[in-house]
Order: sequence, then structure tokens, then C-alpha cells
Amino acid sequence: MAELYTVSDLHLSLPDMTRKPLLGAAPRLEILKGLSFTIPSGEILGIVGGSGSGKSTLGRALIRLLEPTAGSISFAGLDITHLPESRLRPLRCRFQMIFQDPMSSLNPRQQVAQIIAGPLGVQGLDHSPARIADALDQVGLPRSFAQRYPHELSGGQRQRIGIARAIALKPEFILADEIVSGLDVSSQAQILNLLAGLVKDLGMTLAFISHDLSVIRRLCTRVLVLQHGRIVENAATEQVFNYPQAEYTRELLGSIPLPDPDQAWL
Amino acid sequence: MSFLSIRNLSVQLKGGQRLLRSVSLDVQPGEVRGLVGESGAGKSMIGKAILGTLPQAVEVVSGEIWLDGVDLLTLPPRPRRRRIGALAALIPQDPLTALNPSRRVGPQITGRLIDILGWKRPEAEARARELLAEVQIDVVERVLRCYPHELSGGMRQRILIASAFAAEPKLIIADEPTTALDVTVQKQILRLIAGMQAHHNTALLFVTHDLGVVSKVCQTLTVLYGGLVVEEATVRGFFNAPQHAYSRALLAATPKYTDPDASLLPVPDAVVQALEAQVAAADRAWHG
Repeated sequence: MAELYTVSDLHLSLPDMTRKPLLGAAPRLEILKGLSFTIPSGEILGIVGGSGSGKSTLGRALIRLLEPTAGSISFAGLDITHLPESRLRPLRCRFQMIFQDPMSSLNPRQQVAQIIAGPLGVQGLDHSPARIADALDQVGLPRSFAQRYPHELSGGQRQRIGIARAIALKPEFILADEIVSGLDVSSQAQILNLLAGLVKDLGMTLAFISHDLSVIRRLCTRVLVLQHGRIVENAATEQVFNYPQAEYTRELLGSIPLPDPDQAWL
Repeated sequence: MSFLSIRNLSVQLKGGQRLLRSVSLDVQPGEVRGLVGESGAGKSMIGKAILGTLPQAVEVVSGEIWLDGVDLLTLPPRPRRRRIGALAALIPQDPLTALNPSRRVGPQITGRLIDILGWKRPEAEARARELLAEVQIDVVERVLRCYPHELSGGMRQRILIASAFAAEPKLIIADEPTTALDVTVQKQILRLIAGMQAHHNTALLFVTHDLGVVSKVCQTLTVLYGGLVVEEATVRGFFNAPQHAYSRALLAATPKYTDPDASLLPVPDAVVQALEAQVAAADRAWHG
């Protein structure tokens, strides 16, 4: 299996605006402290960690919404670490993102058809009504939804629109950042089943950021556990759940309440 | 008689749709009851109706809320607020919006004791110190002088737990108290709530969508759908043998990390349709 992403010694720091002096530069806050890993194509990589562990920052660096401070990221053999936006633009249709909160990531003034057509138009791809209808079919929504506005949809339906917008570009890689954390269990089950099916059918590679290890186990083939900006575990899903190596992974596993009154937990 | 007894409570959008459809439920002294359901099921609305904090656009249309032998809905506003303030408290979902960002933490804990219960400042402050120690904050003096933004999410939630227990309420309503927290912090906070509840023998109404949490914290639970009570059971009874098809469907949709091969099943359309029919029938009887 070819590697889609090769990340080596990735560092990323951001200015800490809460400590910025009145004059002069803000001190840098180191978020990612030297991460090295690869994502083979076709894999579903789960990224887990507590809040502040850097999982979202890592995701955003992978699709170059943030520029790393040091280290390198290569995507399909191409070094994208410091590419300027003008050279990233033509690559953007190859890596896409699905956002956590579908309400704030969909323009409330646009109909679903315009929302899905947006990125297609920017990339100069076909954004005809037929193409939009195709995208809606793929995420299991009726074609009539093209004329709806986001507020007319339920949470699960909105998240499907977010997925449709991302997959319409036929990307090789999708970043899904906490996309089911705001949903009810029933919608969550639907979205996870849909995503698993799409990844398989379209041969995409997926990075799935979540704090919920039960969801990760259901969906992912490999798991990356982050703590304070460092990788503490990177192994196949079965390995992580059956033989967790890092202390922090064991702590995470021990923190999940199973829906079973007999599990001794508290 | 139950400590809290809700009888046929209906709540509606003013001039519109009903949000709670003749809900009845009981909580005994010291009981921990989970209120579960999907979004829109009305689980938070029950808590708000008890505390008298329903949104402006929502009104109680019928029913009774008996708290310690008195029907709250028959009391005039002022005595009602006094009674609720003395007997009940809330642990809210989002600790950042529940705390006033421009005031230090200390006065926010003591404020209620002084303003509503008429305590003297020194005894209220002594009580606040005692409570922060009880919620396992070791740097009490420093935390009392902090502003909310200086504290982590887990710390803020501890502060709110402390202030909920401050006046020794007999009933606490916890509205998704750990949804905004990390899993490892969630465990600490749940352990804390369970410990405090047992120590003070407080009745607890625990609103959550997480069946895993319910199975750990609660003794009994009520499942809601569309403002209707779908199932009432003990926790053991519910997880071992759920009675209603909807309860079984909710359990099947909940992922379990110990069971990698379990396929996740969304709630089947047939179950949803049956529930919607039940909701429609309840509304026909109501208007009829």
C-alpha cells in the first residue's frame, strides 16, 4: 500500500495571544511537538486525545489550513509543508474536510444546491444540477433537498450535506473533525455507517478525529493517540484496544462508561 | 409520598405545539433518576419546568409539580421561587456560560446563600471553603479569587457542583453536566457527583443522552420521546431487558468499544413511525 501522507518531525506553534505584551510579538505556544507517522492510502485513521492534545491542529496542518513551523508533510509524494496558497489551491480538491458543527459550517443564506456547488465552482469542476443530485444520492438524501435551507434540516441531515459537499470533489483524502459529537445516537449510527460505506466505495483515505473511543473502534483501521502534542501510541485498532501500550491510552479506555450496569466503573 | 412528583404535566409553546405531553414521574428522597431521550424529547424541559426557568415562549398548560408536599404551580411567584431556591438546585451543562465572566468565583458561590437564604457573609464564605475542599480543589483560596476564564472546564464544573450543593438542597437537577468535558475529566466529575449525592442523600434528576453514563450513575430512568414518557424502569431492568422497542433501538445504536463487530443500527423507521403515531394520538386525546 502506497503512503498517501508522510509526516516527519512535525512541529507547529501558534502565538499565545493571552500573553501578548502591549508592544512586541506574542510568545509562541508549542502545540505539536515533533510528530512522525504515515497514512497509507485507503486507511481510516482515528486520531484521539483529550482536549488541548493537538488533534484538531494536526488535522488542520494535514490539509494545510495551518502552516507547520518545522518538519515536513508530504501528500502523494508532494512536499506541501510550506506551499503558498496559490499552489495549494489546485490541490485543495484532493483533500477535503467535514466540520464538527454542521449548523455553523453551512451558510444559512444558501440553499443546499448552492452549498454543494460552491467548492465545485471554485475548482472549475462540473457543478450542474445533475452533479448536485448525484452527490445527494450518495449521501442518501432525496434530490428535492437541493432547494432547502440548512435550518429546514435535522442535525443528521445537515451533517450529510457537509459530507456531500466534501465528497462531491472526489477527493483522495477527507478529514472528519468530531463530526458525530453533536448528534443523537441514532443519527450518529447512520452517519458512521454512511461514512464507512463511502470510504469503501470511493476508495478514499480518511482521518477521523474523535474523543469517543467507541466510535473509533467501530470505524477506524488504525489509531493515533495524542497527548500534549506528542504521539503516545500509533497502532492498528485491534492492537490499541486489546493491548494498549501507553499509560494514557489505558486511562482513556478506562474512562469510557459502557452501557452496562454490571461494569465496575466509578 | 415521593419527594418530587410530577403529575400529567403539559408544557407548550405559547399558542402552539405541546413540548411535554402529560408527563408523570416521581423521584424519592435520595433517588438518582436518569432522564434520557434524543434531542427534542423534552428531557431538559422537565428540569426547567421544575425550577421555573422555562423560556419566555413556553408555558405550562396543565399538570402538577409536587415538591416536598406542595404543588409548586399553585403558589404565587415569590413564595414559589423561595421554595424552589431552598429545596432544589441545578448543575448546568456548560460551566462557562453558567458563571458570570466578570465576577470572581467566590462571590458567585456565596451570592445565593446570602441573597436568597439570608446567610451572613462570614458563614457563607466558610461554607464555600468547605465545599471547594469537598469537590477536591486543593488551592481553595486561590480559586475563590479567580475569574472563570482562568480555570479549566473540569475546575469550572467543580465550582458549579459546589455551588449546587451549597445550601443543602434536597433535589438537584443535573442537565447534561459532563457533555462539554473530556472523557477522563468526565469520569472524575461523575465520581464526584455520585459521591456528593450519596453523602448528602440528595435526590438527583440526571438529564443525559448518554446511556453509558446512566448505567453508571442512576438507579432508575425514564425514557422520553417527543415529550411522552416511553418507558420507566430500574437501571438494571432497563439494560438487561428493555421493554419498549424504542429503548431496545436506542441501546442498539449506542457503540461499545468492547464489542468491535457489533454493527450500529439506527432507530428503525417502523419504531419512529409507531412513536409518532403515539404522539399524534396523545395530541388528539388532548384537543379532543
